[in-house]
Amino acid sequence: MARLERIAYPAALVLLLLAPVYLGAYNLALLGRFLAMGILAMGIALVWGHAGILPLGQGLFFGLGAYGIAMHLKLVALAPGEIPDFMQWNGLDALPWLWVPFKSGVIALVGALVVPSALAVALGWLLFRRRVGGVYFAIITQAMVLAATTFIISQQPYTGGFNGLTDFSSAFGFSLIDQRTQVGLYVVTVLLLALLFFTARWLLSTQFGKLLRAIRDGENRVRFLGYDPAPYKVAIFAVGALMAAIAGLLFTLNIGVISPAMIGVVPSIEMVVWVAVGGRESLSGAVLGTLLVNFGKDKVSSSFPDLWLYLIGAMFVLVVTVLPEGLAGIARLLTSEPREESRKTLVVPVILPADEPAKNSKSRSA
Amino acid sequence: MTEFALLTGQAFNGISLASILLLVALGLALSFGLMGVINMAHGELLMIGGYLTYMMLQVLPHGIGYLFGMVAAFAGTGIFGAILEMTLIRRLYGRPLDTLLATWGVSLIMQQGARSIFGPIGDEVTAPKWLTGSLNVSSGALMGLSLPVVRMFIILLSAAVFGLIVFIILRTRVGLLVQAVHQDRDMAEALGINTRRVDLAVFALGSAVAGLTGSALALIAPVTPTVGQNYIVYAFLVVILGGLGSLLGTLFAALLVGIFSAGCQIFTGVSTSDVLLLLFVIAFIQFRPRGIITISSRSLEGS
Amino acid sequence: MNDKSRGALIIIGISVLIVLLISRVRAQDSTVKVGVLHSLTGTMAISEVTVKNATMLAIDQINAAGGVNGKQIVPIVEDGASEPAIFAQKAQKLVQEDKVVTVFGGWTSASRKAMLPVFERFHGLLWYPVQFEGNECSPDIMYSGAQPNQQILPALDWAKQKGYTRYFLLGSDYVFPRTANLILKKHIIHDGLTVVDEEYVPLGGTDFSAIVNKIQAAKPDIIFNTLNGDSNVSFFKQMAAAGLPPAKLPVMSFSIAEPEAKAMGPSIVEGSFAAWNYFQSLDDPASKKFVAAYKSRFGQDSVVDDPMAHGYLDVYVWAAAAEKARSFDIDKVRKAAVTLGWKDVVMGKTKFASNQSLYQTAYVGELQPDGQFRILWNSSAPIFPEPYDPLTFPGKKCLIH
Repeated sequence: MARLERIAYPAALVLLLLAPVYLGAYNLALLGRFLAMGILAMGIALVWGHAGILPLGQGLFFGLGAYGIAMHLKLVALAPGEIPDFMQWNGLDALPWLWVPFKSGVIALVGALVVPSALAVALGWLLFRRRVGGVYFAIITQAMVLAATTFIISQQPYTGGFNGLTDFSSAFGFSLIDQRTQVGLYVVTVLLLALLFFTARWLLSTQFGKLLRAIRDGENRVRFLGYDPAPYKVAIFAVGALMAAIAGLLFTLNIGVISPAMIGVVPSIEMVVWVAVGGRESLSGAVLGTLLVNFGKDKVSSSFPDLWLYLIGAMFVLVVTVLPEGLAGIARLLTSEPREESRKTLVVPVILPADEPAKNSKSRSA
Repeated sequence: MTEFALLTGQAFNGISLASILLLVALGLALSFGLMGVINMAHGELLMIGGYLTYMMLQVLPHGIGYLFGMVAAFAGTGIFGAILEMTLIRRLYGRPLDTLLATWGVSLIMQQGARSIFGPIGDEVTAPKWLTGSLNVSSGALMGLSLPVVRMFIILLSAAVFGLIVFIILRTRVGLLVQAVHQDRDMAEALGINTRRVDLAVFALGSAVAGLTGSALALIAPVTPTVGQNYIVYAFLVVILGGLGSLLGTLFAALLVGIFSAGCQIFTGVSTSDVLLLLFVIAFIQFRPRGIITISSRSLEGS
Repeated sequence: MNDKSRGALIIIGISVLIVLLISRVRAQDSTVKVGVLHSLTGTMAISEVTVKNATMLAIDQINAAGGVNGKQIVPIVEDGASEPAIFAQKAQKLVQEDKVVTVFGGWTSASRKAMLPVFERFHGLLWYPVQFEGNECSPDIMYSGAQPNQQILPALDWAKQKGYTRYFLLGSDYVFPRTANLILKKHIIHDGLTVVDEEYVPLGGTDFSAIVNKIQAAKPDIIFNTLNGDSNVSFFKQMAAAGLPPAKLPVMSFSIAEPEAKAMGPSIVEGSFAAWNYFQSLDDPASKKFVAAYKSRFGQDSVVDDPMAHGYLDVYVWAAAAEKARSFDIDKVRKAAVTLGWKDVVMGKTKFASNQSLYQTAYVGELQPDGQFRILWNSSAPIFPEPYDPLTFPGKKCLIH
């Protein structure tokens, strides 16, 4: 199997890189968009699958990355001294101070990545230090994303409100109308995805990765061994946020629009669905789950809009109840590879102490 | 209308909002506290309550029909909750994050189901005659103050439901069993308590309360397939703020959120007050990470 | 950690997926493809599905009458899923992949804004059927829905004639209400009247207790209501509970039409006012034919409203323009559409002005117990559409043709 993998990953990379040759412009754009979301999904797999922290607010970090670059693109399209159209009809006559730095593409890029990561560090530090975890953390991230969308919508003169930001013409000197720019952007997305995929794999193989899984499976035991789990959790949460921000940035460049509807409570839960479908612990599963659900939505929802909602709901229930390892679990079943001993802890809950549910499950099966 | 009347009106609104939040959150707090189940489909249980009330109003005359609607909502949603517990929730005990995800899937199916059965646009439930009108103060320091009867009704209902649940838990045999399971599930089991049945009873009771709440909310809000979505995040915040499954904590948290919201809205718009509320909760969790009321326990992780 | 075997299978999965994607559909010669892009799922599906129905009805009627330029229209229906990004994605699919000659669709401004760059980038033409806040002027969009000066400002004219002087502005917190109220405020103050307060509720908001309190304190003569969707139900119920039904404190709504009134229960909103460019009760032969055709196809108890009438009208105007241009070329159709002259398609005399918006008459109606509106007032002649309100945004002009 190891040999197969050595062939399979490079083959997948080549196949993806050659997509511009054999895919039409529209499907290429879709694939690029979903691969960008795949980066975000890998982040969720790291945070949820390996550290046991369920993030229900990844849309927030995705949105910050997206808005960061979108603000720059909006400004680039303007003549000197002009302000974006939506500001004019909301009664502003000068560019708000928050927007000024985004005139520079470099600052916008850096800001789009640093701000979400910094926010994740701050939020993580505040909460993990106080040992807020599990369900509490999940609900609070959800509240954060709700607060953020409500805020963005209510600050229409400064954010574009519910309409969001759209109508960009060029990015970093490349015309977004040009199909070659779109192909270039696609290639960049694939390369970034590959780079982050291998980086994440490496990260998981280090001491850090082992500690994450140890924290997931028994946080107090890790404490007894002399580690403070909080910094590790903060770090992986920030990595997840950074990956979400990168996804947001690429997504906005690809589709040319960002609005609060894409970062709210429901989209944030949907992001978790992709990973649940693919297999929460598997990085490649996360990407594949993202592609599968999104292509499914694109191809199925138009013809059978009612069916689609039943389908996605049922899929979620099924994956969680009978197939917690998602597609990756099916793959392992098919190749009949023996499960590693440690994987058994997968179904063990994350907020309860590791030994308590074990007792529970014993008594329940009786 | 005097300044003072405006402030009194807002205080009343705060309590009214708190009573709604308490009703919505009670069912959640019960199942979360006892079983660690995070039920994302709780909002859809409200929706079922609303539709059951609507259906009763179709067959019965209006004044009395609403009372029967409430009964139907309570019983029907309770039965639905019991079925949900037996088919799905039971398989997920001990996996709180997974119940959260699975029940979200259930909520999607329920929304779409309601859409298929009742259509995407909402249905009409109007308050019966005896719940319309308001108490108006026409002179004195509170001149212009007007207290809608329907809001007072919901405040009373919420107090009654809260009282009833506290009574059940503190004064009945079933309540004793619930307390035992809550304190130490394994010990309770060792003593021969059928914890599964206790879980089922509590989840069904929580669902029934949600159905009743949905019936009450139909008086002041729409009955649509997605109506539950508007309440669910706030209900969770109340539960988290209150402390794990503590009923008294839930009561305090609902009052805190309701009065905070109404207070903010004296000065700002609704959007800003919502944002402030969410930030306030996050800040509050800093000081009391386990909520307002925590049950002291020698258990290391307390969950 | 062992991803190995999994990796292999995943690669196989991806290849299968890609092969599936390569398959394409090709067009036939005797037909012409148009796109129909509305939300069939999500929060906006409630409203948009009905507009889709009206659009499909028009397409079928035209096909039955022989088609356009001798070709049958083949509609390609896509789901915008109430998400702007999906609207942009599907618009791109329709133009690039399906090569449709035009697209009918959109409801929210957010969806239109997201589609606009796509139509400009790939050169497509969108027919947009809903009233909106103006401030947009794109050669790739035909704006048949009302501009602010065709719906909101006529309602203000009517209110002034009725002698109302104190206005309370209430809306959902998004673009249309905020921009509409900005324009309204300018005009109300310009006319020497008073805006007593302005409040917004997040989309989908259900708690109006504080706002009812503020309304009681502010004592307005009339409320101008731009709330969206379900929030209206909560608002009217809570106003009635506080002893302020529309009969006591008039409410002029800009987003409540026949289907919304039917869903809310006419008893809650009875006696409230609405301003539109079309009501089902309109006494017009073309409208009566449309209502009858719609009912016979979608059920006798179904109702029609203003955006549906616009969705229906758009198809007919497009077909007439294509006939006149003897072509489906986008630029030729656009040019033909603005030179068609007056026609009564469904809502009385209308025509597209040179700024690609529609000349249309404004009506004010009062909601009756049966869920229909009694028309109280009309603007007596079709109003020229102004994308940029001259008082609020002086000096801005929309020049396309």
